Amino acid sequence: MQLPFKVSLSAHDIACERGGRTLFQGLSFTLAPGEALLVSGPNGAGKTSLLRQLAGLLPLAAGRLSVTGTDEDLPVAELCHAIGHLNATKTALTVRENLAFWADFLGEGHGDLESALAAFGLTPLSAFPAGLLSAGQRRKLALSRLYAAPRPIWLLDEPSVSLDAHAVTRLDGAIRDHLKSGGIAVVATHVPLKTKFDHELALGSGRAA
Amino acid sequence: MRTALALLARDVKLAWREGGAVGVALGFYLIVVVITPLGLGPDLNLLGRIAPGILWVGLLLAALLSAGRIFENDYEDGTLDVLATGPLPLSVVAGIKCLAHWLSTCIPLVLLAPVLGLLLNLPMGTFPSLGLAMLAGTPAVSFVAGIGASLTLGLRRSGLLLALLVIPLYVPILIFGVSAITPYVSGPNSIWPPFLILCALSLASVVLAPLAAAAALRSALR
Repeated sequence: MQLPFKVSLSAHDIACERGGRTLFQGLSFTLAPGEALLVSGPNGAGKTSLLRQLAGLLPLAAGRLSVTGTDEDLPVAELCHAIGHLNATKTALTVRENLAFWADFLGEGHGDLESALAAFGLTPLSAFPAGLLSAGQRRKLALSRLYAAPRPIWLLDEPSVSLDAHAVTRLDGAIRDHLKSGGIAVVATHVPLKTKFDHELALGSGRAA
Repeated sequence: MRTALALLARDVKLAWREGGAVGVALGFYLIVVVITPLGLGPDLNLLGRIAPGILWVGLLLAALLSAGRIFENDYEDGTLDVLATGPLPLSVVAGIKCLAHWLSTCIPLVLLAPVLGLLLNLPMGTFPSLGLAMLAGTPAVSFVAGIGASLTLGLRRSGLLLALLVIPLYVPILIFGVSAITPYVSGPNSIWPPFLILCALSLASVVLAPLAAAAALRSALR
């Protein structure tokens, strides 16, 4: 998949506060095009919060984020795909309608519905209502969003939840392809992936390696 | 533009496909209007006189029934997070979702209103003004409901709270809506002043409500 442009993402001394408790502070990292960051840490260490901050859904308690490489001044939110715990699939729409909406909405005319359907093998299910899918298939539908519109930054929060071994391999391959074409991936996961991560961030200890 | 149309089309499609919302609103409206005359006794003149009020009150309550769903489904399944990372500002997203509520819920209610007017012995000469007044006033109904829906997002059984928040804001719509439903006359009692005020209420809420709703959505996403 062709990315519209390559970007680098850096965080400078960012901190996160939830309900008066500081989850982490002084976090800094820089990701160049083609680099990946693995976020690890025990439950409650702030992995999801960090990804939501990167996606612009949570305010930063301190520090700032910067993106270089875009001609226009776009916020990180518009450059990233954020796949969270919730699948954001509509049960009343078919698989194709779900993805077609995201291709139109996120892709602004550059969306690619067919490759999104094929990416995780959902083409045979495209006429099925998403409500009839199993948990793993719904997860695949959520992950297919990554292909519905080209965006340079992927923020994946436990992407392999309820996927079978075959689909995890596919996900692994998808992340590698994305990095090869110059994208950035930030992944929080407990399942070991074969992707080589250039950076690792162990939350809870609060140090970037 | 394509992005905005995609969101609007999806929301209208979901409102019809998920059923429930639209059907319940129409059924509720029908029931309210049908049982009120039974409680009033067999006075046709009285009924004709209070018909505009009953039609408006019924419409407001019926529209409120489905107002909670403007944002709730998208909030619960994570869609709102993804919409927030889209190319549209959150206030535009909120505005489009309110517009979808107007198209999918308020328009069917407005179409049903003249039929119910017949049941209430509404004078024949007032039907054109009934249609006009409701078309002009209902955008405000949907957009103001959007403020309430975004404020009560994530609360359990938020329906009653939503009604408490929103109904005071509906009072001007109700007052001018009812006074706009009269037989056409020129002069000081003409329908135009209340009709124009309804238009103004709708235009103001179309501009202001999405901004308020977006602010509430931001804090709900945290």
